[in-house]
Amino acid sequence: MAKQAGEEQGLFERAEAWLRRFWRWVTTPQVILSLIMLFVMFYMVIIPLYRMLMTTFTFSESDVRYAPGAVPGDFTLFHWIRMLSSKVSTIMTFEPLLHSLTVSLGATFFAFVIGGALAWMVVRTDMPGRHTINVLATVPYIMPSWTIAMAWKVLFNNGTTGGMPGFLMYLTGTPPPDWISYGPVPIIVSSALHYYTFFFLFVSAALMSIDSSLEEAGELAGASRWRILRKITFPLVIPALLSGFIMTFSKTMGTFGGPNILGVPVRYYTMSTMLRSNTQVGAFGDGFVLAIVLILFSMTTIFLNQKIVGTRKSYETIGGRGFMAQKTKLRNWRMPLTSLVIIFQVIVAVLPLLLLILSTLMARSGDYSISNLTLAHWIGQSNEKINNGEPGVLLNPAIYRGAWNSIKLALYTAFFTALLGVILGYAIVKGRGTRLAKFVEQLAFIPYVIPGIAFGAVYISMFTKPVGPIPPLYGTFALLVVVSVAKHIPYSSRSGVSAMLQVGRELEEAAALAGANAWQRFARIIFPLTSTGFVSGFLLTFITTMRELSLIILLVTPTTAVLASMTMRYIENGNEQQANAVIIILIVLVLIGNFIISRFRGGSLKKGLGM
Amino acid sequence: MSTTITIKNLTKRFGDVVAVNNVSLTIEAGTFLTLLGPSGCGKTTLLRCIAGLEDPNEGEIYIGDKLVYSSIKGISLQPGARDLGLVFQNYALWPHMTVYKNITFALEMQKLTKAQMDERVHEALKEVQMDGYENRYPREMSGGQQQRIALARMLAYRPKVFLMDEPLSNLDARLRMDMRTELKRLHHISGATTIYVTHDQVEALTMSTNIAVMKLGVVQQLDTPDRVYHFPANLFVADFIGNPKVNLLDGTVSGQNQVKVGDFALDVETFNARGKMVVAVRPEDIAVLTEPELNAVEFTAYSVLPAGADSTIVAQRGDVEVTVKVMGISKIKMDQKIWLKFDPTSLNLYDKESGNLVTG
Ligand SMILES: Nc1ncnc2c1ncn2[C@@H]1O[C@H](COP(=O)(O)OP(=O)(O)OP(=O)(O)O)[C@@H](O)[C@H]1O
Ligand SMILES: [Mg+2]
Repeated sequence: MAKQAGEEQGLFERAEAWLRRFWRWVTTPQVILSLIMLFVMFYMVIIPLYRMLMTTFTFSESDVRYAPGAVPGDFTLFHWIRMLSSKVSTIMTFEPLLHSLTVSLGATFFAFVIGGALAWMVVRTDMPGRHTINVLATVPYIMPSWTIAMAWKVLFNNGTTGGMPGFLMYLTGTPPPDWISYGPVPIIVSSALHYYTFFFLFVSAALMSIDSSLEEAGELAGASRWRILRKITFPLVIPALLSGFIMTFSKTMGTFGGPNILGVPVRYYTMSTMLRSNTQVGAFGDGFVLAIVLILFSMTTIFLNQKIVGTRKSYETIGGRGFMAQKTKLRNWRMPLTSLVIIFQVIVAVLPLLLLILSTLMARSGDYSISNLTLAHWIGQSNEKINNGEPGVLLNPAIYRGAWNSIKLALYTAFFTALLGVILGYAIVKGRGTRLAKFVEQLAFIPYVIPGIAFGAVYISMFTKPVGPIPPLYGTFALLVVVSVAKHIPYSSRSGVSAMLQVGRELEEAAALAGANAWQRFARIIFPLTSTGFVSGFLLTFITTMRELSLIILLVTPTTAVLASMTMRYIENGNEQQANAVIIILIVLVLIGNFIISRFRGGSLKKGLGM
Repeated sequence: MSTTITIKNLTKRFGDVVAVNNVSLTIEAGTFLTLLGPSGCGKTTLLRCIAGLEDPNEGEIYIGDKLVYSSIKGISLQPGARDLGLVFQNYALWPHMTVYKNITFALEMQKLTKAQMDERVHEALKEVQMDGYENRYPREMSGGQQQRIALARMLAYRPKVFLMDEPLSNLDARLRMDMRTELKRLHHISGATTIYVTHDQVEALTMSTNIAVMKLGVVQQLDTPDRVYHFPANLFVADFIGNPKVNLLDGTVSGQNQVKVGDFALDVETFNARGKMVVAVRPEDIAVLTEPELNAVEFTAYSVLPAGADSTIVAQRGDVEVTVKVMGISKIKMDQKIWLKFDPTSLNLYDKESGNLVTG
């Protein structure tokens, strides 16, 4: 019957019906929001990536020096050939790539050993003081990632490349060997000590979710301990390990601070530092080739991870009670092992800070005697002999400007990230099952696969010229906000989705039936029920942005400098004590932020990492 | 003030699943219609289509004489514009609002004054016997109390049509019984057209004026509870309704008004059909005798299951097994010989092939 009526419909009626349907579709809140988000992400992610790619295929003004006859603006493979198969490609690309891989794999391995072992001891043994261990394990991660690298320098610098002689050298009188002071070993160790938190959190969550009855069943069936470990425990923990691996690996691949402090002085370049040195001299085409290589590496790893974990994920749902009947007894090892763990953690968490503070209290650098103590680096007036004449950090307007910039950047980023989180969460959750929502969700994931420094590089090419209605943003503070927000999109999408999922769809439907329009439903039902999730997301973004360096290092200018980038500039200018003072200020700010968060939600870093 | 609902050729697909398949229903004003069927048969989906929470693929829905959905015309009114109320299975009370706020939310949308709202809240709470709970939060109440508040929330804004999706399924047996009584009473008083979803046949039989039995998105039978129980339109409905289950006996037409089942024949009422048949007979429609009698068939008591008010007897004869329900505690012993007497008027015949009721 309905069919017949349809056939009788005139063309006009059918067009009208189609229009009505279309109008109804585009005016659905989640569709509007999805379309807005597509537009935003297109501008913030897709176009910049495209621009960057195009830059690598185009001659620029500065290329004329190297490539005679080059016409700026012309299409060329020059950059790719130069970077991938020319005399300089070893130095420019392959050595840094090798270094990056070495550093990343090394750091990931040690982070795995430390984090995995700690997690096992905390969850599966009768080790006392688990709460303390849990808290201490998150401390290194809360601090900026290059903190330990800076502290390393205070302790181990041997003077080979100048700079402030280290504490160890002062104590023993002999300089430590170069391989301890600089290069891959200290970079690996300092990164591993920062990133082991990932493994610790992932693995302890996974171990906690294993139902020990599975293992007991294995034991009853007469399997040996090792067999149980291999056949039951490992398969359940492997997805967590892989996730930890991916996060650590891709973060360390794109990390800038450590390699810049401990590698560059001895010309041990990684992809990130080489990328920076290219962009510093204006060789954008070359630099972007490196960025793209970096992105491809990161993408491949994440893709592989999803392939592997994707098929294994089913394991994760097994058990899930968190009920642990049996724990390995440490017996005689209990106290020694516990002390060892705590001592290790305290050293990692506290010693770097003490060293950094100590170094800022020394009048002449490298002399750690009591008589040399001074507060000049903190509150001294401008003095030609110290820090190129800059006053103590607490009297230095540049530092205050940097601190204010840091806070401002963090606030703006946190605000816009939370806002995008609300929008993305609503659009994706309400649109579940539609292609549009799926597309939005996938697009929102892209920044995740782009390492921080490469993401920064993407934006150089984007905003040197106006794009559509947007004026050129290069060198502005707004650009820093844009890049930080864009990089956070995957996290805001994830936390937005999980917050929205907390609100059953019936709650909104009941309001719709009561006659509330979309805005009323959002303001009166959805927002009140999700706001705590967004507030904690806001706070978390706030502190992660404060200590972000790799992402913005290519984009800051002296006027937009934030504390994080100032530490780098001071180091590069040879004012290490000043740099150390600045990072302490940054750490204090971050710790305050963190304290507020833990007040706010009982101190769970885990939730915020979206694990 | 009550309203007729007309559904024409309604179809709703989720990918390949046809959740509602070309359903046409007319729900007369003031009816208490129950949608009954096994899990996944599309009851909720049909209800949500009517409410406007789901966009159907094809068909038309009228509420009163208002066209609220038409695929051909491209019309689909917002849920809020359809003038109906829905009680959700999980209540869907807003957890951050007090009972008072939960109820007045819709009233605010209707721009009632404070005094009017107070009045309505008071009235609605009284109706569900929850007065005095205005300032409680949902989490401070038991499941049954939340259920009542959900009901009050709907009553307070006086929709023309009440929709309820398994509103009692989260309650314990006792509360469920009480609430059935209340709901039926409520419908009696308000007279509002009500569509009620359940997969509990007792609920459907006890409360409805009409039952629509669904299977795989298709309405199998729309009838009064009495007719659905005594004259199921097909084998699915016959099998679905009744506890203990109806006896379905394979048979063949063997003569004038006679069907042969196993090695005995059953007399049936006048009909005209031939070939393979299924005879359906309700366990309580069979009489159990301890002595032979004319037209009674000899069986052996395979198992006897007394249950206080009634007893269930499972009887066997060759391959034929029949379940019988008798009042009180049965004195019959296991393995005892018994004679079953079938009443021709209470037998239903179904075509073996199509599964449809064969009528005289
Ligand atoms: N949002 C959806 N997406 C995909 N399939 C759905 C969706 N909602 C329902 N279905 C499918 O449609 C069919 C009918 O579902 P519906 O919820 O209407 O069943 P129901 O009769 O209410 O069952 P129950 O008694 O279990 O509540 C099922 O096969 C179900 O899997
Ligand atoms: Mg249902």
